[in-house]
Amino acid sequence: MFSNFRSYYMYLFLFLLAGIIFIPLYVSIAGGFKTIGDLRTNSLGLPTEWIIGNYTSLLVDNKFWLFTWNSVLYAAGTTFLVILLASMTAFVFAHMKFVGSRFLFNYFILGLTFPFATAILPLFLRVRDLGLLGSVWAVILPQIAFGLAFAIILFRGFFRQMPSELFDAAFVDGCTYSQFYFRFTLPLSTPIIATVAVINLVGSWNNYLLPLIMINSESLYSWPLGIMVFRGEYITDWPKILAFVSLTLIPAVVFFLALQRFIVAGLTGGAVKE
Amino acid sequence: MNSAKYNALLSKYSTLVIFMIPALTIFTMFVVLPIIEAAYYSFYRWDGYGDPNKYVGLKNYKYLFKNKTFILSLKNNFYIIAISLFIQLPFALLVALMISDKIRGANFFRTVFFLPYILAEIVTGLIWAYIYDGNYGMVAAIWNFFGAEPPHMIAEKETAMIALYIVIFWKYFGIHMMIYIAGLQNISKEVLEAARVDGAGPITTAWRIKIPIILPTIRLSVFLSILGALQLFDIIMPLTGGGPSNQTHSMVTYLYYFGVMRMKFGFGSAIGVVIFLICFTIALTYQRTLMRKD
Repeated sequence: MFSNFRSYYMYLFLFLLAGIIFIPLYVSIAGGFKTIGDLRTNSLGLPTEWIIGNYTSLLVDNKFWLFTWNSVLYAAGTTFLVILLASMTAFVFAHMKFVGSRFLFNYFILGLTFPFATAILPLFLRVRDLGLLGSVWAVILPQIAFGLAFAIILFRGFFRQMPSELFDAAFVDGCTYSQFYFRFTLPLSTPIIATVAVINLVGSWNNYLLPLIMINSESLYSWPLGIMVFRGEYITDWPKILAFVSLTLIPAVVFFLALQRFIVAGLTGGAVKE
Repeated sequence: MNSAKYNALLSKYSTLVIFMIPALTIFTMFVVLPIIEAAYYSFYRWDGYGDPNKYVGLKNYKYLFKNKTFILSLKNNFYIIAISLFIQLPFALLVALMISDKIRGANFFRTVFFLPYILAEIVTGLIWAYIYDGNYGMVAAIWNFFGAEPPHMIAEKETAMIALYIVIFWKYFGIHMMIYIAGLQNISKEVLEAARVDGAGPITTAWRIKIPIILPTIRLSVFLSILGALQLFDIIMPLTGGGPSNQTHSMVTYLYYFGVMRMKFGFGSAIGVVIFLICFTIALTYQRTLMRKD
């Protein structure tokens, strides 16, 4: 009896909390369908009249798609290269004995404690002096650099747990290190590749500070830059802004629900493993 | 040395070099050198063109620690850490304890509570900027419903930081909850069964068994929370932009507005170095003391 009583309050609490999470998302999506007057008098309810113009005008806006495409490029380029470069490096740390290996590994690990903000001004100068401002590499290269340390740690941990018999057998058969990496290590590492991919995809997709510093031409804007400029143009025309917000919200939520297992495992497991 | 062995060695070292060089180069150029350069630039007054030549010693740092806005931003960072540690994390732990067992709807609640974490900080900030809007927002609607004059929460000095704390709480408690759930699910069934046989209730079990066992996980989440709070930037930008009258800056938004925007490469670097030193000291002491056993 006591236990029922307690679980009643527990569920009440959990549903209230779920409501607090949901309501801001709901009012944003609904708000995009309202007129500004409707929003003012009726911010919690469903739209009195459903206006789809705010959404459709964005969906036919070339800039909206350009910003989205740019973000796809940044995220895909960063993720692909982090996976490739970090796994190659981790492979060396896991399978080869050489002088200085410990030192080099610690050198990479040190990078974990380096706050990104400290590097931004010198990073800007480096990218400028390399002549990369105005190219996608201005965003991708620093993102790779800051993603490497954690990815190397995750990959190395995974590679070390692979059975060493496999390696010995392949080696006796005349397999070289690089052949082994491409034929065995990579295909057997899909779980950890998924983890590293999730961390870097989400991080790059949502990144704001780095593109803000590096990008000055609209043709290279990522969507977070685009939405902030949009906000600056419309200031209190909230239905327009909320429509933009919702259009980025919906794919994120769908993506999350579809790949939830990988995403949660990636983002929390990634944190717990080291 | 016979030639087969020689070839094997050659293959090993060439692979080593080819596999390591790209990562090592990019990491050095875009992570390690910029941190060192920031330390160097911080002793200069420099607009970023030509070589830095106006050496000013510790002037940038002296100015920084006499600057009220910077001191306030430093305090804000520490308030955010304090609130995270004393309110957000215990709350996340409580929720984790409730839904780590296979209760009805556990998966649903986990999904919902984790959801805000994957949203972009910019989007989170914009949604809440709308909610707090004194004319159109949800908070205003609730106030109007009771016939009261709605507050402009993020436009007033007294309430802007509170508004920010609420958003941080909303967005980040889910990741800590998930980390705790991952820890709780690793506790062996036998231990919990033994406690149950001994007649321990859920609260005793949580307090005496579960929490002590997941202490390493809790330490980790505390660590992540502190380092995250020290680098807070994205959420503040769409929400308050550091305003009203510079009340809600974090160290990083301060760096952005007063270093980057004004092209003060020396001064901005000094701010960066202070952030670095704080993060590094915390990370080091934390690893030397609390996380040593883990």
